[in-house]
Amino acid sequence: MIELKNLRAGYHGEEVLHGVSLSFSPGKITVLCGPNGCGKSTLLKAALGMLPRSGGEVYIDGDELGSLTRREIARRAAYMPQDRFAPSISVRRMTLHGRFPYLGWPRRYTKADYAAAERALERADALDIASRSLTELSGGQRQRAYLAMALAQETSSVLMDEPTAFMDIAHQLALMDTARALALEGRAVALVLHDLCLALKCADKLALLREGELVSFGTGEEVFASGELDRTMGVHVRRVMTPDGWQYYYA
Amino acid sequence: MKSSRTYSTANKPLRLFLTLSLVTVLAAVLSMALGAVYVSPWRVVSALFTGADGSVEANIALYARLPRVCGCILAGAALALSGAITQSVLANPLASPGTIGVNSGAGVAAAICCAVAPTAQALVPIAAFIGAMAAAMLVLFIAERTGAAKITLVLAGVAISNILSAGVDAVVTFAPEALNAYSDFRIGSLENLTMQRLLYPAIVTALAMAAALLMTNELDVLMLGADTAESLGMKAGRVRILLLAVAAALAGAAVSFAGLLGFVGLIAPHMMRRFTGDEARYLLPASALGGAALLLICDTASRTLFAPYELPVGITLAFIGGPFFIWLLLRQRRGRTA
Repeated sequence: MIELKNLRAGYHGEEVLHGVSLSFSPGKITVLCGPNGCGKSTLLKAALGMLPRSGGEVYIDGDELGSLTRREIARRAAYMPQDRFAPSISVRRMTLHGRFPYLGWPRRYTKADYAAAERALERADALDIASRSLTELSGGQRQRAYLAMALAQETSSVLMDEPTAFMDIAHQLALMDTARALALEGRAVALVLHDLCLALKCADKLALLREGELVSFGTGEEVFASGELDRTMGVHVRRVMTPDGWQYYYA
Repeated sequence: MKSSRTYSTANKPLRLFLTLSLVTVLAAVLSMALGAVYVSPWRVVSALFTGADGSVEANIALYARLPRVCGCILAGAALALSGAITQSVLANPLASPGTIGVNSGAGVAAAICCAVAPTAQALVPIAAFIGAMAAAMLVLFIAERTGAAKITLVLAGVAISNILSAGVDAVVTFAPEALNAYSDFRIGSLENLTMQRLLYPAIVTALAMAAALLMTNELDVLMLGADTAESLGMKAGRVRILLLAVAAALAGAAVSFAGLLGFVGLIAPHMMRRFTGDEARYLLPASALGGAALLLICDTASRTLFAPYELPVGITLAFIGGPFFIWLLLRQRRGRTA
């Protein structure tokens, strides 16, 4: 559970996020949408204390961000970055580093850490690439490796910045299934997605950002009904009722 | 590819470690056997285990050649380990201990020492170590003030190195008589070592090595990028500075008695990355062993190839290590960038 109250943040003294209030609730998938540069990534990073705040409050599982250490934050919220570096490290070893926030003296991973990493590999559908080096992987496979690492952290919140980028459609849907499974376990899941149709279909809550401000926050239906979607994104989103529920498309 | 229970990209690390250790031991014995007076390897081994037996050969092996062999192992291991850490922390394959100002710092301090106290050669190692650490700390301090970004570190290192190199030139211009002594230091040489002179560098190296081996997970996580490192609960900037300080101590200790042999720190880790990948828990020990073996082989070659003349090891290292390194680059598989 992460709550933002009037959060302001940015880079190098330049404010990108001008006071955003929303929450990533347990058991829910919250999707952040908005044009490039609207502050989606900034919001995720600021929510985890990875950027300096210029104002507002952030609560992670009820505790104000400022009262938590980096390690404590990392045990409560996992984050999958947009830039995914690929040194020559095996996927299995990398997943194990998801246990880094729990690492104690003498800086060696325990049996429990190895077991958690193995579970995470399985959930991220990454067992098939586990013994390969990150350098040999395609963009989508690398994504799965980073997902496995985030899952190994075993946190109550999981934040992912564009997790579906570079993924083929089957893996995109598999990722959304994983996100749903995490939410069903009671975790708060937050995703940045560029595909509005996928976002509207999968999100429990949709947050629409424009130029650092929250223009609409609610269920997919509510945000769609508000009409802000077309105005903010500069597209025409339409929907049809199908046996599988509302399907959204670009007109 | 079928998944296996291995936790590494390293191809049979145990076999690699054993091979490297064996090569180092063989090179050490060979190095103690060869020279103006040939001592059979068997005598060398027995002298090592039983101590001096009064014979000339045993004395030569133990008192003339053993300190030099130990010096090679110490300097090679420390410089290679330092280079491996620097390359990984800065995510820059061109990085070496020299990148963070270690060499230029040691150089300027050694030059000043040679100019001010030309008769006190014993002071050069101490001055070199202090200079190396001071320059590295200056680079790290500048970088730390700006958030310890990788590129700032490299640029600060280049700037400080250039200023200090100019300092060396200035000192040598005003005190030309220092040039000779300084020249030995610059090229790098392991002549005239004694076990006593190796004591303090050995202690510094052992402590820094232990610190580095405790921080292998930190090194891996840093390589995944600052954002990932922070999201895993690490203060990336601080850990980066800490690791580079360890690297500076290692290189400073080696440079203090062996002179500017920076090339080992560049090539040995690259050679080892071909076998171990970037995983620090394999890369660091392999680099230390590989660096020791490489320097030992080059030093033995420089003593014996052109006997009775002796080339400074820095020159042999460049002539043997350089082409070997280029050969490695040429047969490097695509997509396997280090």
